[in-house]
Amino acid sequence: MMAAADELAFHEFEEASDLLAETPDAATTSGSNQLTPQGHVAVAVDSGGSYGAEEEVEESDRTALLQEEKQQPGFWTFGYYQSFFDVDTSQVLDRIRGSLLPRPGHNFVRHHLRNRPDLYGPFWICATLAFVLAVTGNLTLVLAQRRDPSIHYSPQFHKVTVAGVTIYCYVWLVPLALWAFLRWRKGVRERMGPYTFLETVCVYGYSLFVFIPTVVLWLIPVPWLQWLFGGLALALSAASLVFTLWPVVREDTRLVAAVLLSTVVLLHALLAVGCKFYFFQPLPLAHPAPPTQAASLSPDLPPPP
Amino acid sequence: MAEAAESSGDPGTTSPRPLFAGLSDISISQDIPVEGEITIPMRSHIREFDSSTLNESVQNTIMRDLKAVGKKFMHVLYPRKSNTLLRDWDLWGPLILCVTLALMLQRSSIDSEKDGGPQFAEVFVIVWFGAVTITLNSKLLGGNISFFQSLCVLGYCILPLTVAMLVCRLVLLAEPGPINFVVRFFVVIVMFAWSIVASTAFLADSQPPNRKALAIYPVFLFYFVISWMILTFTP
Repeated sequence: MMAAADELAFHEFEEASDLLAETPDAATTSGSNQLTPQGHVAVAVDSGGSYGAEEEVEESDRTALLQEEKQQPGFWTFGYYQSFFDVDTSQVLDRIRGSLLPRPGHNFVRHHLRNRPDLYGPFWICATLAFVLAVTGNLTLVLAQRRDPSIHYSPQFHKVTVAGVTIYCYVWLVPLALWAFLRWRKGVRERMGPYTFLETVCVYGYSLFVFIPTVVLWLIPVPWLQWLFGGLALALSAASLVFTLWPVVREDTRLVAAVLLSTVVLLHALLAVGCKFYFFQPLPLAHPAPPTQAASLSPDLPPPP
Repeated sequence: MAEAAESSGDPGTTSPRPLFAGLSDISISQDIPVEGEITIPMRSHIREFDSSTLNESVQNTIMRDLKAVGKKFMHVLYPRKSNTLLRDWDLWGPLILCVTLALMLQRSSIDSEKDGGPQFAEVFVIVWFGAVTITLNSKLLGGNISFFQSLCVLGYCILPLTVAMLVCRLVLLAEPGPINFVVRFFVVIVMFAWSIVASTAFLADSQPPNRKALAIYPVFLFYFVISWMILTFTP
């Protein structure tokens, strides 16, 4: 009887480790933790969190169970997409807070996402940002018209479409390129694999959250204040991206790491500056307003398509 | 089967027994009639008269649907937790409201195509695709409401905003000025809050408890966009 029990125990362990070896991508937490058993690396990388040890043990038990029982549903089923919306209100708020306050040691993906990316955050943050951009852009025109009645006011509804398309393309195409590039360079790295595509999209989506209050603050018609807020938001957002990407690229050659990080920051800055110029277009020069810093830049602006 | 039922029928003749002692001996005697009709007290739904609706006059058909729509309008205007909108959903009301709103939001084509307010098609697309997106979102989050029920609720709760649009158009007939704007702003804000309260009263219960805010926020965004379209309307 005892021998039978022993054999049973050993067999289970073997089966579990076989599963681990065969299908490293089966569970969502496998990610880059291929060398050590599930759940332990999560402890080692970030120990600054407020979650205690019992959560890690619980998670490793749960993921072991999940590996044995659950098959990932096919992408044509509703359940597949439902797995990306498996978040609670408190989790979403926590992730937003994590993106607003990036800290050098804290990796957004490991610490806040905990390898469970969601699509709710990126989707609705982008939608909110698109609408807020269009609305505040329109509001600046209203406020400008009140100061100077000769400006022609119009609701400019087409800007909603432009805003939406731009932001959604940014949050989907740039992470796609980044993910593809990181996978291509995967061979150089030994320790840490790249993030999955959804985790990259998640990082980008949540990093755009800081622009929402910034855009609202851009209503204040003081140019240097607008640039200050813009710079601050860009710094926070780019820092969040860089701190998340740093552990992945630091094993690469210095050149590649530097080029990658600066490209990421540059694209982000392009988005911010482009939005500022397109939606908060300085007033047409037809009226004799005193030349402010913004108005002097307006001759360089192409007319909206 | 007749047993010693007569003993329970006359309590005075037998020797005194403890209370309820004879209950186990009671059986249904053949003298007591146990037949009758069982009728379900609630009115059966109108669907069972399907075959006879072909013969009714057109006026009956139209009035019946209009009455259903009107009843739901009342439920939206005085929102309390009731199931009428969810149980007997229909999409006529949302269609009527959406078309009315889109027609009223149209501006004259004097302005250039690019810079103007939303066109009819844009309003239509925003309302219907917005409602579909919110419904998908709530289903993905694990809510147990059906697709068309959710569309029905979201569409009907546009009613306060349509009323706001009517009021704004009337107010805009007066001369423009800051008071004009303040009045319109106030009306739109009140109706926006009314829409949100109404739709939350109907939708909130179908969401899992720790995700209610996640499901309600898109509704807030949806009505916010519609309110902005109404507020920025200039003839």
